[in-house]
Amino acid sequence: MGALFLRDVRLGLRAGGGALVGILFFLAVIAVVPFGVGPDLKLLSRIGAAMLWIGALLATLLGLDRLFQADRDDGSLDLLIMASDRHMLPLTILIKCLAHWTVSVLPLVIASPLLGLFMNMEAAAIGATALTLLVGTPAITLIGAVGAAVAVSLPRGGLLVSVIILPLTIPVLIFGVSASYGAVEDPAPFLAPFLILAAITLFFAVLGPIAAAAALRSSAD
Amino acid sequence: MRLIAENLGGERGGELLFSGLHFAVSSGEALMVTGPNGSGKSTLLRIIAGLLVQAEGMLRLEGAPAAFEGLTAAAHYLGHLNAMKPVLSVGENLHFWQSFNGQGQYSIAEALDYVSLGEIGHLPFGYLSTGQKRRVSIARLLVSDRPVWLLDEPTAGLDKASETQFTGLMRGHLTSGGIIVAATHLPLGLEGSKELALGAAA
Repeated sequence: MGALFLRDVRLGLRAGGGALVGILFFLAVIAVVPFGVGPDLKLLSRIGAAMLWIGALLATLLGLDRLFQADRDDGSLDLLIMASDRHMLPLTILIKCLAHWTVSVLPLVIASPLLGLFMNMEAAAIGATALTLLVGTPAITLIGAVGAAVAVSLPRGGLLVSVIILPLTIPVLIFGVSASYGAVEDPAPFLAPFLILAAITLFFAVLGPIAAAAALRSSAD
Repeated sequence: MRLIAENLGGERGGELLFSGLHFAVSSGEALMVTGPNGSGKSTLLRIIAGLLVQAEGMLRLEGAPAAFEGLTAAAHYLGHLNAMKPVLSVGENLHFWQSFNGQGQYSIAEALDYVSLGEIGHLPFGYLSTGQKRRVSIARLLVSDRPVWLLDEPTAGLDKASETQFTGLMRGHLTSGGIIVAATHLPLGLEGSKELALGAAA
């Protein structure tokens, strides 16, 4: 299992892995917001957390369709499925999701404080947003694994994957943003939405790989 | 150890490709699956590998070593695709499959030597020629131990010398009590192997 994690991380980092695409997209989205919204610093800092979350959500969706397709194209997926007596397929998928998250999503979380400065956010809001992104984005990857597994045999399933899983990622977005706001706006709570966010991630850590495994098994042809 | 199929039928896209197949392969025996294009050779191999569900009939492996629970767990599958990542080096690719599928009796260096690719373990897989890629894929069969080898056109792209070498490898596998089921158009040079001819496509 460690070997699978290392392999996928290596693949993501080497040329053509696409790890950089997500972060460049994230950077581009956040960098143009102040131009679109105008130089109203108060407004920017108010919508900052929401913009960071939307940007991160869309950037996370970007590379998801390749999660299993690359393995299918070169025949590795057959062997991963065949090895399911040694390594439970849902566990294999969980490891692949973790590797994908580490390579393409963790950099977004790390970059988010810097981009928070672009949005004129206060330190507490930046910290809270980075923390909620850290806890919430794995859920998006895990939900995305289901979509990626369903669309694995489609040659251009990229947009389809995003459309399939977008409704399921909405709760992540809602609780992520409300926890971020809760950290700075007084009457709003931080802990309650944050814990729900963590619960969503844990929930999909179990359900996502199992559903994706079922989809992959029936997609073999 | 015996691989037994009873009244096996396979379909692809809702169309029955073959039905009523009976065969039994014991330890040390090879089964050559022959037939024209589209007769279901690959489908049969994928059914044995557990990647497709048979349309009818039974398939089982009797007396498998204790380490392997089912037929799928006991099988190496060498399909048309090589299951290697072009951006990783040959060594990294083999190392991954070895740690994922379990350490076999050969090390990576030994397996590469067996397919005469000892010198190029450091090169990215994508740089190799078709035949060399196939040989790396064959080396994958050696780095983890599986008693049943399912080979789909194993010699595609191999030159004469590598074919002879591969025949030697298969003989070694049979001598050590393994089973080989191979779909092929060309004779693989294994004496005394059984043959299963699949009919023409409808």
